[in-house]
Amino acid sequence: MSWWRTEEDTQPWKGRYAPFDLVKELCIAVGVITLLAILLTVLLSSPDDKSSTIAQWSHELPADFATAAAKELDETSPTAEYGPPYNHSSGSVQHFLLLHPQRWLGVSHPINTADDYVIKPLQTVPNDPALQSAVAEYKAAPEKQKKEWSEAYGKPLEEYSEAVEEKKTPPSTVSVDQSTGTVTVKASGAGPVPTMMASLQSLAQSGGLEGGLVTSSQFFQTDYTKPLLFMADGGLLAERAETQHLLGRQWGLMNETGSFPGQPWLWLYALWYQVEPMKTSPNADIQVLLIMGLLSLAFICIPFIPVINRIPRWIPVYKLIWKEHYRESPPAA
Amino acid sequence: MSAAPTTPPKTPSKSWTVKVREKGVEALPPERLLPDGQPTYVASWIYVFGVASIASLIVIIGSGCILALKGPAWWHYTGVGHFFNSIHMWSVELFFFVMVVHLWGNYWMAAWRGGRGRVWVTGAIIFLVAVPAALTGYVSQQNFDAQWISTQAKDAMNSVGVGSFFNLTNFGQMYSFHILLLPIAVVALVSVHVLLVRRNGVVPPFELEKKLAAAPAASRRADGPPQASTGAQT
Repeated sequence: MSWWRTEEDTQPWKGRYAPFDLVKELCIAVGVITLLAILLTVLLSSPDDKSSTIAQWSHELPADFATAAAKELDETSPTAEYGPPYNHSSGSVQHFLLLHPQRWLGVSHPINTADDYVIKPLQTVPNDPALQSAVAEYKAAPEKQKKEWSEAYGKPLEEYSEAVEEKKTPPSTVSVDQSTGTVTVKASGAGPVPTMMASLQSLAQSGGLEGGLVTSSQFFQTDYTKPLLFMADGGLLAERAETQHLLGRQWGLMNETGSFPGQPWLWLYALWYQVEPMKTSPNADIQVLLIMGLLSLAFICIPFIPVINRIPRWIPVYKLIWKEHYRESPPAA
Repeated sequence: MSAAPTTPPKTPSKSWTVKVREKGVEALPPERLLPDGQPTYVASWIYVFGVASIASLIVIIGSGCILALKGPAWWHYTGVGHFFNSIHMWSVELFFFVMVVHLWGNYWMAAWRGGRGRVWVTGAIIFLVAVPAALTGYVSQQNFDAQWISTQAKDAMNSVGVGSFFNLTNFGQMYSFHILLLPIAVVALVSVHVLLVRRNGVVPPFELEKKLAAAPAASRRADGPPQASTGAQT
């Protein structure tokens, strides 16, 4: 195969040579790039928007936090219904024809939203017998009862969120004090859930919840999967992202905060999310990745793809590139 | 019981070390590895972008090493740290910019001609490996960008099953990929790419390729200058 085996095909250059100092050229290039990087640094710096915290989220958007937490307890949040690699649900499981890689690889980072985000953190709260009694009551209840309590608590919150989103008058069953970051839900038939949720909100506002979500089985931790997914179930990250043009429909995949270039090399990847059927498909990610996988393979194989590998001969951009050479040795007509 | 040999083996051809050395020198003699002359057709600004890509990579690694020395949080609370982070970020932007121009330039030169397919293939793979190298940097920043990018990009990784062993929300894993595993891959690929370029020489213009193809096979050699070159053989 002539394109691959270089021994047979690389031809010797028997023409003229010009002096060339490889090491000097590299040193000059490093100097120029360093100066350019320093110049851009001095002129433009780099973005560093502080990360959001669960404490901040529960203070600034208390109703949103309470709604997300209620869904975690009820196991109806996006994370609870996600599927692999977090659990065995199917809400975010994608496939393409007979390809089900997400399902095939299984659950590798297990998350039980009720236990991990609500019950276990609450069990760490000391000196609160009323809370521990409520948690014990909840844990001991049958699944059907748990569901009824969670729905009784969560439904008014959902109505409140919808009303706020549609800029209507919120229902009187939910009162939110923005100054203290407290949420009161008048829910009959919610059992111990209001007590649990009020304590969870206090724990979150004290900063204790994020610590509890990071430190699980050992002291040293670097895995932020649980707190990040919990926060992503709420609205704070998305709200900040929208103002910074980071949402998918804003080509956010290749943007970063501020007016910085981000990852422009991902433009083609971001493009596929803007066109149908990917734009509205529940399997958009796997579709886009398969397209990009094929295109990447084609990119690697350009020398061996008919037509594509002939285009440079037909469109003579090379005459511009080798302008100097052709000035001295014009090609034969 | 036979006597133990008293003299060292005198069969250098069986030595792995010698074999590797001989193969290496045969494939890339020093004057071809570090040439002091280039064919005269290598005269265009487009050739600058190849060396500029390597230069950018050197600046990325240099600034990244300084950031790594002080730990991942340093740049958030010191002006010096932020300065080096900015250099790191802009050298990445420059790296991708010059690399893309370099790739386009080589496409329009059809630089895979004359048995140079491996040069193109390694170059294209470098670009593709550099993308996750940059992505893992974005999710290792420990700021809002890292939070948002990791929680959004995880869905793409999960959809193809990659998320089960490449978890974008696991800072420790992403940091390891960013400062060790992927840079090793990029540097290794760049090394192979550069050695292949030196071995095969720079692709000639189209019409010269035909003349070279007509040359006697016995005289075939890549386009390094003749041995003991003075560097000015015009």
